[in-house]
Amino acid sequence: MNPGTIRQILLITDGCSNHGEDPSAMAALAREQGITVNVIGVVDQDIIDEKGLSEIESIAKAGGGVSQVVYSAQLSQTVQMVTRKGMTQTIQGVVNKELQQILGRSQTIEDLPPDKRGEIVEVVDELGETAGLQVLVLVDTSASMKHKLPTVKEALLDLSLSLNARMGENHFSVFIFPGKKSEVEKLLDWTPRLEALTNIFPKLTTGGMTPTGPALREALGSFKKKRSLRSLLSNDDKPFFEESV
Amino acid sequence: MMINHSLRNQYKVSPGTVIKGKWYNHEYRIIKELGNGANGIVYLADCHGQDAALKISDNSMSISSEINILKSFAKVRGCTLGPSLLAVDDWAVKDKVFPFYVMEYIKGENYLDFIKKGDSWTAVLILRLLKNLSLLHGMGYIFGDLKPENLIISAPAGDVRFVDVGGITPIGRSIKEFTEFFDRGYWGMGSRKADPAYDLFAAAMIFINSYYPKRFGRKGEGLSELTRAVNEHKELRRYEKVILKALMGKYDTADSMREELLRIISQNSAKGGIPNQGTKEPSLVQSRTARKKKTKGRHLESLILVLLISFIYILYIYSRLL
Repeated sequence: MNPGTIRQILLITDGCSNHGEDPSAMAALAREQGITVNVIGVVDQDIIDEKGLSEIESIAKAGGGVSQVVYSAQLSQTVQMVTRKGMTQTIQGVVNKELQQILGRSQTIEDLPPDKRGEIVEVVDELGETAGLQVLVLVDTSASMKHKLPTVKEALLDLSLSLNARMGENHFSVFIFPGKKSEVEKLLDWTPRLEALTNIFPKLTTGGMTPTGPALREALGSFKKKRSLRSLLSNDDKPFFEESV
Repeated sequence: MMINHSLRNQYKVSPGTVIKGKWYNHEYRIIKELGNGANGIVYLADCHGQDAALKISDNSMSISSEINILKSFAKVRGCTLGPSLLAVDDWAVKDKVFPFYVMEYIKGENYLDFIKKGDSWTAVLILRLLKNLSLLHGMGYIFGDLKPENLIISAPAGDVRFVDVGGITPIGRSIKEFTEFFDRGYWGMGSRKADPAYDLFAAAMIFINSYYPKRFGRKGEGLSELTRAVNEHKELRRYEKVILKALMGKYDTADSMREELLRIISQNSAKGGIPNQGTKEPSLVQSRTARKKKTKGRHLESLILVLLISFIYILYIYSRLL
């Protein structure tokens, strides 16, 4: 079976957007293009802003992804868990669609008797392990995120460790918002090596507004470019995977 | 922990609740909560007058994959690695459906509580854990999220049983679930690919955790930090060779680690007794007789010692059973 490619945006933020388009609308637009949006809200101990919380949830809902609010200390585990959950959710959606085609009704995995689910789980696991994965990480670098950035860096390195253990190929890209000159800035172009972040991340400056919506819009554009780019660099990815094992 | 208000409350039930299966109509009365993890809550339940453990979740994928693992355990004759699977069903409540499964309730204590009885158990339990891992690896799986919380020491025999099978991964795949302290990747000591050495790393960390119950976080370079932790503890230092080799991924199989550990234990007892605080293990008496004759035939001696210890141990178990 051709596993295909799963495309995700991972948004890491700590609060409310205050500039530009409604981020939920942009997330919905992403979903329309087959890109899911997962959101992680990083909070300081005991500071949970209700408005921020509901924004985080609604972006993920609109983007067909997973959301999780977490204290900075637990970020590493959460980032990999949310990414995996998001993948499984996407695959499950595809499998459900197939099931409906075969069974002709609005059947989902849950409608099958428990004994029949086992084999489907194996298919979902198999796809999760072998599918190609493109993750665009979108990091909020507004002023309040400043002291959380080292943790974000650690979490992203840990994410690449987890994902590079898979059999499938991975591609990462990192955007930050707000950027130095514009609303959004590309920090790392599509690459299988997320480790390249290590050198760039400490130099980041924080501050300004939180244009979450425009950042999501910009991120979407990057996926399109990526596709045309890939056709040029068709076999560029293979060697990396072998190296990383 | 993570902040999650959403779904968890919906399948959190109070003692006395009766959970009725949607497909097979069996009823299970909840007695108390036994534990809750990333993928659901485990309850002690009354199932036709018998105690059973019931795991319920909102994630039918993870529940189904755990059921798959338990079923494959059942295919191996006499396999007591994990709990045996009793029933599988869904619970329909209000407009929601929650998948659950019912398994054998293993009476016993959590690993860390158990070793509070006395130091002498630690090495023995690690040996048993390694034997379990050898079986599991032989079946083509890696335990993955190996940690004391997922080990139950059944009473009274002191057998090691796995209780949470959610992290079990086929060899060659990527690790799905892990706990930082026990994760090779977290300490910068290797990948998160499921190979036997991944579990052996975690087994060595359980060894360390036995003497550092509070655990500790990574501050600098992983290996030097862990080496220091081992060296700073008198009891751990005895097993330094095995622990460090496991941490560095130098054992390919659980059996090779087990053999070497066994060798060190018997050498230790020949030199001056394995750490002993309780009165449970007869090794102290053994070691004194051993110290008197410092002869060349050390290998024969240790063999006899091991045999003696196991003999007395079996006697002890028998006397407890009768």
